[in-house]
Amino acid sequence: MGIDITQFHQIFFEESFEGLEAMESALLDLSRGSGNSELIHEIFRAAHSIKGGSGTFGFSAVSEFTHVMETLLDEMREGQREINESALNLLLESVDVVRGMLEAARDGGVLEADRVAATQSRLEAMLNGDDIVVQASSSMAGQQDIHKGWQIDFKPYPELMKTGNDPVLMFHELAEMGELKVVVDTSGIPSAAHFDPEECYLSWKLSLMGDVTEEQINEIFEWVDGDCDLTINPIAVEDSDQIAAAQVETGSHESCAVAQAERQPATDRQADEAAPNQGERRAVAESSIRVNITKIDELINMVGELVITQSMLGQVGSELENVDSSKLEKLRNGLVQLERNTRELQESVMRIRMFPISYSFNRFPRMVHDLSSQLGKKVELKISGEATELDKTVMEKISDPLVHLVRNALDHGIETPDARVAKGKPETGVVHLNAYHKGGNIIIEVSDDGGGLPADRILAKARQRALIADDEPLTREKTLDLIFEPGFTTAEELSDVSGRGVGMDVVRRNIRDLGGSIEVTSEQDKGSKFTVRLPLTLAILDGQLLSVGSETFIMPLISIVESLQLDCDLINTVAGQAEMYRLRDDYVPVVRLCKLFGIKPKSMSLQDGLLVVVEQDGMRIGLLVDELLGQQQVVIKSLETNFRRVEGLSGATILGDGTVALILDVGGLIAMSGRDPASGPPHKKEQAA
Amino acid sequence: MATILAVDDSNSMRQMVSFTLKQAGYEVMEAADGVEALELAKNNVFGLVISDVNMPRMDGITLIKQLRSMASYKFTPLLMLTTEAGPEKKREGKEAGATGWIVKPFNPDQLLATIKRVLA
Repeated sequence: MGIDITQFHQIFFEESFEGLEAMESALLDLSRGSGNSELIHEIFRAAHSIKGGSGTFGFSAVSEFTHVMETLLDEMREGQREINESALNLLLESVDVVRGMLEAARDGGVLEADRVAATQSRLEAMLNGDDIVVQASSSMAGQQDIHKGWQIDFKPYPELMKTGNDPVLMFHELAEMGELKVVVDTSGIPSAAHFDPEECYLSWKLSLMGDVTEEQINEIFEWVDGDCDLTINPIAVEDSDQIAAAQVETGSHESCAVAQAERQPATDRQADEAAPNQGERRAVAESSIRVNITKIDELINMVGELVITQSMLGQVGSELENVDSSKLEKLRNGLVQLERNTRELQESVMRIRMFPISYSFNRFPRMVHDLSSQLGKKVELKISGEATELDKTVMEKISDPLVHLVRNALDHGIETPDARVAKGKPETGVVHLNAYHKGGNIIIEVSDDGGGLPADRILAKARQRALIADDEPLTREKTLDLIFEPGFTTAEELSDVSGRGVGMDVVRRNIRDLGGSIEVTSEQDKGSKFTVRLPLTLAILDGQLLSVGSETFIMPLISIVESLQLDCDLINTVAGQAEMYRLRDDYVPVVRLCKLFGIKPKSMSLQDGLLVVVEQDGMRIGLLVDELLGQQQVVIKSLETNFRRVEGLSGATILGDGTVALILDVGGLIAMSGRDPASGPPHKKEQAA
Repeated sequence: MATILAVDDSNSMRQMVSFTLKQAGYEVMEAADGVEALELAKNNVFGLVISDVNMPRMDGITLIKQLRSMASYKFTPLLMLTTEAGPEKKREGKEAGATGWIVKPFNPDQLLATIKRVLA
């Protein structure tokens, strides 16, 4: 029955990687000294499953390797072996090796054979050099002596049936190997008064003719070993017919009914019933499927269009008049339902792309374990909020910045055990990863209880690099922000761990590229906390609709600081042209969107408009608009793919009434206002403080 | 044809066993551990139970002991799936009431051939 087992490979890989992750985290828990005996069982089970699966699915190298791991783990599980640091480290390394082997098997990549062999021999060495070759060798036994046939005497003990074995089925199997003659001996049947229907009173003499090895026969009787008397003797070529004939003659008549049952009908029936099942081949339940991400994006896009169509219809429906009122009622009910359904559909589709952030967090326990031993520090990693979901693309892009932040926390944040004790802090430092949803954003916090950021050193460094003027006073907050400036590192010497040339400026840039922001707070000797704020998805945006003349623009809500009615007295004109607005103690350049995009405004007078103050990278500008409309979630459409890149715009969307609205790019607007004197110079807010 | 209960905490193993048996025309139900299996066994009639040994919550040996003690599974073939071919594991299984064992790794054809020994 040629079943293609490669169809199970995908799921085998998925579950094996999950198993490896479970092993890894349990190993790390063990190395942290939690003496939970369930942990070692869990590790053993995972190794065991991988071994079993890899053997079955044809990855013999993996199976061989995990066999050694399993043996070691088994000894630990049975308490025969001490669970010490070096064993745990070796096991962790082995987890990596297995992962590598599985990845190579899955992707058809190159296997690091040297590393596999080296780790395997270290595992074997740890097993006291007792080579664990308990394999094979048995297959050699009965191989040679193939006879004309076999004489089998089979006398089950009375309780054989209670093991679930059935002699008749075993005879069927024997009959498939060759010509089988069966003679039953009923002499053991007691009188009716003593007869127990659950017991077996019969015994059999069988002769099996054909090219059969003793091994094959033994296999059939393998499971009843110990539940019966069994003798198997070869039959010589000449006398085989005689013996068989003689036995059949001497046998009683009942024999045929029980034992000569033909196997043929059984197999026919099987074949018949197997055929219609071919169609179910695809229907085998799978708990997850892999889908190309472009398909999902297409789906998201289509749903976006559907939402637009729906809101268009909704608008038309609400404007209908002079129609049969009962029909209008029905139409409106239908439209309300359509709206609800489309919203749910959109949410479900968006959710396809959402993954719990644990996918990203899961790599950290291992990293912290490895790094802290490398740095000679004691660090405990706390993780919370790992179930918080975010878009897969966002997650992929945030992983590197997070790694950087955690590395920094270990390298620069947490002090050495001695230094910590000297400060009266516990020897073991804590790095805490936390995630939660807030509004339409996900907040990820990386905090440590280390030495904190040295504000004075940062300031000195910034002055030395001429990032700020020598005499310029800075608040603590502003000072700390300097670490995000390009080319800034306070590490006294570059270590292997951080300071590889990728600075915090790259972290901030990556986060900004995702439409997010990063902030830091820090207290001397108490620790630091980095707070990363990210949109949940890159496909939709919470926007504020602004009207300028006849056009509608969308400003990402996250960028808006405040909106206010203009007070003409507070406007100063600098250098003849550039207008600055005095916002409490600050000055912000005023950007007239109508001028920038060449739109005819509703009114040229400033006090008829509203000033929307937006901020990015610590720079603020005030946008002059005619009106604030509503706020809504919009589906972002790329301008580049549909038209071309336009400075000051990050994309477009289609509104409920079918009109296109452009999405403003705050960074771009700030840059433009800097070049265009008419709209005022860019303005660092701290300079005005 | 008989309904078979396949018990394994490994999803891929379970699916492989289950798929193979379904292909051969058997009805198959699945359980991920002994507790689940016992629950299913109480509410269904299985002609054969194939169970992994190492599982969370309730292992295969305990499951077999429990099943064998139930009147409706007194004569039912109960097979263990095991990676350990050693005689102790087998004895332990037999003592618990297992009919036999299938040693991993195995392929679908071996599985089908083996269960024919205990299932009509």
